[in-house]
Amino acid sequence: MSCCAPGAELYLHQAGSLDDEILLASRLVHDDLRQTDLSVPDIHCGGCLQRIEATLGKLDGVASARANLSARRVRVLWRGETPPPLIPTLQAIGYAAHLHDFGADRPDPVLSHLLRAVAVAGFATSNIMLLSVSVWAGAEPATRDLFHWISALIALPTLAYSGQVFFASAWRSLRHGRTNMDVPISVGVLLTFAMSLYETIHHGHYAYFDAAVSLLFFLLIGRTLDHVMRERARQAVGGLARLSPRGALVLREDGNRTYLPLDEIEPGMTILLAAGERVPVDARVISGSSEIDLSLVSGESAPRTAGEGTLLQAGVLNLTGPLTMIAATTAKDSFLAELVRMMEAAESGRSSYRRIADRAAQLYAPLIHSLALLTFAGWMIAGGDAHFAMTAAVAVLIVTCPCALGLAVPMVHVVAARRLFENGIMIKDGGALERLAGIDTVMFDKTGTLTSAQPRLAVHGKAGADALALAAAMAAHSRHPYSQALTALDHDQPVVLDSVSELPGSGIEAQRGNDVYRLGRPDWALAERSLSPSERDATVVLAINGIPYASFGLDDQLRQGAAEAVAELKGLGAFVEILSGDNDARVQEIARQLDLTCVAGARPADKIGHVEAFKRAGNKVLMVGDGLNDAPALRAADVSMAPASASDIGRNAADLVFLRESLLAVPQAITIAKAAGRLVRQNFALSIAYNVVAIPLAVLGGLTPLLAAIAMSLSSITVVLNALRLGVQTPGRNAPSSAVERETPVLAGALK
Amino acid sequence: MIDFFFLVPIAIGLGLAGLASFMWTLKNNQYDDMEGAAQRILFDGNDRPAP
Repeated sequence: MSCCAPGAELYLHQAGSLDDEILLASRLVHDDLRQTDLSVPDIHCGGCLQRIEATLGKLDGVASARANLSARRVRVLWRGETPPPLIPTLQAIGYAAHLHDFGADRPDPVLSHLLRAVAVAGFATSNIMLLSVSVWAGAEPATRDLFHWISALIALPTLAYSGQVFFASAWRSLRHGRTNMDVPISVGVLLTFAMSLYETIHHGHYAYFDAAVSLLFFLLIGRTLDHVMRERARQAVGGLARLSPRGALVLREDGNRTYLPLDEIEPGMTILLAAGERVPVDARVISGSSEIDLSLVSGESAPRTAGEGTLLQAGVLNLTGPLTMIAATTAKDSFLAELVRMMEAAESGRSSYRRIADRAAQLYAPLIHSLALLTFAGWMIAGGDAHFAMTAAVAVLIVTCPCALGLAVPMVHVVAARRLFENGIMIKDGGALERLAGIDTVMFDKTGTLTSAQPRLAVHGKAGADALALAAAMAAHSRHPYSQALTALDHDQPVVLDSVSELPGSGIEAQRGNDVYRLGRPDWALAERSLSPSERDATVVLAINGIPYASFGLDDQLRQGAAEAVAELKGLGAFVEILSGDNDARVQEIARQLDLTCVAGARPADKIGHVEAFKRAGNKVLMVGDGLNDAPALRAADVSMAPASASDIGRNAADLVFLRESLLAVPQAITIAKAAGRLVRQNFALSIAYNVVAIPLAVLGGLTPLLAAIAMSLSSITVVLNALRLGVQTPGRNAPSSAVERETPVLAGALK
Repeated sequence: MIDFFFLVPIAIGLGLAGLASFMWTLKNNQYDDMEGAAQRILFDGNDRPAP
């Protein structure tokens, strides 16, 4: 087979299916106008926006292109049967682009509702406060009544609109017989409003409309911040390259080729898979031969050969040649779907974790409600004045309303998330931050996590410069990943070869004069069976007439910062272990380099079992992994991290995703989480301190609306300022900044 | 007292106008790309809002 043929054929396949894929992923917006979202991670300045919009705008069929700098995305509206060449055009001007999943980018109805609620509450708070100030300043009774009535008119719709967020959540929780922070908030706000209305009707001196509404305002800010943080991480994670295929090119019985979406593929269909694509469903190869990359599926770092009859699992990457396969399962029965089911099962073990704010609410709500009740009962017994007793009881509810608490935790989490983001780490929710602070065991996957995702070929034993040059010259004739890596060895020595041919699955054979050169599998390239140990281990051998000349082996390259990260984690007092699906020898090698214990050859179920055994023993486990096979364990662990290079499913399963190459992200994240945990506790203490001062005043009936407003605003501002301290502190900021230096491959280029 | 009858509605009306314009910006997706908007003003030929 000539070396060029498979390449050319495969390019055609890919071009065809890419158009279909864009069409499939686009959405019909209006008449014949279609919208396609592209994720372009390299957008970084205003100039990029200009360039991308101008270049795409000039393409035929493109109605408009709008780039988004915050989300690193481009939204293109286009007309016509076939999509314009969006991705190649972007690539030509230097921006790598991926199709962005439409589903991941829906406008977020919760966020816009929260923002509207905040806006309404903010409007109401500022206006009612204006009126209240004049009442506090000593307005005449008639004016005071008028202002109270206006305040009531503003407060009522505000409560009905902005208060919904809390009332709905409180009601849900009460209906299930539980209590959360929203229960005391709802009770406090509603009672305050009711009492103020009663006072207003009876021309009373004090109305607390300002307190009721500003409580809602502060709490909604906290709630919105919490939501924004989670949303941003979710979007950023979703915007990275997606790895699971959207569909596959199917060969119909009548010889037509159609691109079918994933869930329409049925067992027995013939699938054409080009090089560089992932296997869509479990399938058996019927013709063609290729190398396949299992690293995301099983954790094995060495590519495997696939030929006729090989059963491939969904998700493995086809590296070299086109394959024709018969689908063995539907998408929902394939290996991927099975992993998803395992993840769901593992997930149920984790729901037992309750966030710190909810745990506080469990104590807090009964405490303040009984305190208010006691105040009411006390004044009834002491004075018998129901009105005064009621006022005092409601005053207790107002000052203890967990305004500062509602703001304290999300504020710290938002600041912590920003700190993490500066270090290239995305976090999905605040609960993960709390769990991360408490971990004492760290488990690492090997392939793609501890080691860089791209294994390298290294020279085994000795090899002269001429041998390397010869290997490079021969490798230049093949697209095989090993060959591509070897090409990097080029030493500028011209090597003349007479004829070169590639034997798929074996290697490359070349003639020079009377000599036959072979570069490939040891058992094919070498004539004699008596191999030396270094040659038996070797992945690729260069031989002249069957006599070894140079040998190359796969070398797992430790991820940048791996050794330092492990040392720092040990310094933090954590137990660190490797939990890998790769073969024993390779795992042992890495474990020896990092001085860690290890578990090798673990299947997904073994990984879950191992993690759960540790959890049962009372440890808090952090799992760091990237592969599909890690996904269930990532779910089972107390908290999990994945590198950005991880599989789609792995990234979705993990609580944190680190975007930079360095593994130092792991100890950094833990340090920040611990600092955040300290601040949350400080904030709780501050809120309680305010309550300790204000509650006696309220119980004794001495609380006026002015005092309530001051206490509430002061406590909120204090906790916010305290939370902001996390952004100022600089522990763990020794990480290399975005300019990550890569060492040049000394021996050979990276694979893939 | 009579002053209140026009001063208070004016004050609340102004507040409502602010609220309404915020709602409009929100609905108009003006907060979708805060970083991008900040950068775009540095370039010519971009004086119209997003479609």
